[in-house]
Amino acid sequence: MTIYEIGMAKAIQIDDQDNVATVTSKVSKGAQVEVLSPEGSILMRPDALGDVPFGHKIALKPLARGDEVMKYGEVIGVASAGIEVGEWLHTHNVESIRVPTSKLQEAEA
Amino acid sequence: MTEFYGYERPDGSVGVRNHLLVLTPMDCSIEPARKIAAQVEGAVAVTQHHGCRNDPMIANTLIGTGKNPNVAGILLVGLGCESLTCEIVAEGIKPTGKPMETLVIQEEGGTIKTTEKGVRILQKMAQEVAELKREPFPLSELILAVECGGSDATSGLAANPAVGVAADMIIDEGGTVMFGETQEMTGTQHILARRAVNDDVAKDIIAMIERQEARMRAMGIDSRYMSKGNQDGGLTTLEEKSLGAIRKGGTRPIQGVLRNDREALDEPGRSGLWLQDGTGWDVPSVTHMVAAGAQVVVFTSGRGSTTGHAIAPVLKVTGNPATYRNLVDNIDVNAGTILDGGESLNSVGGRIFSSVVDVASGRLTKAETLGFHEFIVFRTDRAAETLLGHC
Repeated sequence: MTIYEIGMAKAIQIDDQDNVATVTSKVSKGAQVEVLSPEGSILMRPDALGDVPFGHKIALKPLARGDEVMKYGEVIGVASAGIEVGEWLHTHNVESIRVPTSKLQEAEA
Repeated sequence: MTEFYGYERPDGSVGVRNHLLVLTPMDCSIEPARKIAAQVEGAVAVTQHHGCRNDPMIANTLIGTGKNPNVAGILLVGLGCESLTCEIVAEGIKPTGKPMETLVIQEEGGTIKTTEKGVRILQKMAQEVAELKREPFPLSELILAVECGGSDATSGLAANPAVGVAADMIIDEGGTVMFGETQEMTGTQHILARRAVNDDVAKDIIAMIERQEARMRAMGIDSRYMSKGNQDGGLTTLEEKSLGAIRKGGTRPIQGVLRNDREALDEPGRSGLWLQDGTGWDVPSVTHMVAAGAQVVVFTSGRGSTTGHAIAPVLKVTGNPATYRNLVDNIDVNAGTILDGGESLNSVGGRIFSSVVDVASGRLTKAETLGFHEFIVFRTDRAAETLLGHC
């Protein structure tokens, strides 16, 4: 077990192929985020470029439109816009390969 | 190599519990069966509520439950006029060589006589099975079922990946892991198919998930739909949602699809990771995985489920620290330390692995200590399956 610095914003990279990490608490814009591996080692400390809600994802690598977004070691979608390191990823900048998220939102409406 | 302490059955299979099962083929005889079980230490009564027609899916599930090595002895209690008879169920269980007796209420002359006779039969069985000794066995004798229910945003982040770490550890030591809930796999057939051990298994996986999508379409449900709640919780795409659910099975190659329908209730033919084609309703899903041979169940729940199973220990894991504190009487493992305790995913996975081995060796889960014996048999709608061309 590793004891981390108290109060530090954290995110977990679930698989080493992932280019996103999931935050373990609500993160405020500008906060430094400690990105942890499954073993608990610190991989990087990017700054959050905006507010990120609990359980949401930030980018660990810069992504261009059309780049694959990897989580759980698999492709969960593609970037629908350019994304910078530390930026919040969600339906506004990532689309499903199988069914575009925007269509799901239309279905919801 | 890790070992667990289990009970060897006459057919060589290994149980982690010594339950006496009072099995009724339909619910007409469940009340006297419950009275019998209530009187004898270690006995539990189960039934199903789909009528007494001899439906092979129901028969196979009851037979599979009786065959499960966690059952040391069986008492069948029938009414006498059912089509799904005790004889049919007994015939299926018989090859295990376990002690088994049958009572039929209409032949015994009523429920009081049946109950008296049943208690005497079980009393003798209870004394005999109590003498069985636990012996050490390798994990190759263990089949673990993994399940989730009452998910929240912590499930895909903490509990399921941590259980996945434990699943990989069990498989790497020669053990077997299975998970079901086909509807949770929609959108990931291309990913799961890539993990198949061969092309035939890949085709089976795709066919299984596409059948489920067709069922959902027939019910007017778009299987690609993801709720606003899912999106607010941080799930961006359907692939991400399904991957978070299936991660509880770990990352090892998929050995095959276990049929769970009118044709067959398959048991895993060898060690490794297996998918059971099954319902997304958690208690029946557990019931059918145990009927397919699982001796231990790990059940993840973000909101906090409290259910157990009639004959299998169900180890509850939550990734939500608040849920653990709230339901500490019901949840066995706190994976929420990944979020608020500075514990790594792999460390929590290691704790879950140890808990599985401890439970397999006799430690009671919280659901067991509280006497929770959930058991629900699921049956697919035959008319719908025929119309969809699945029969």
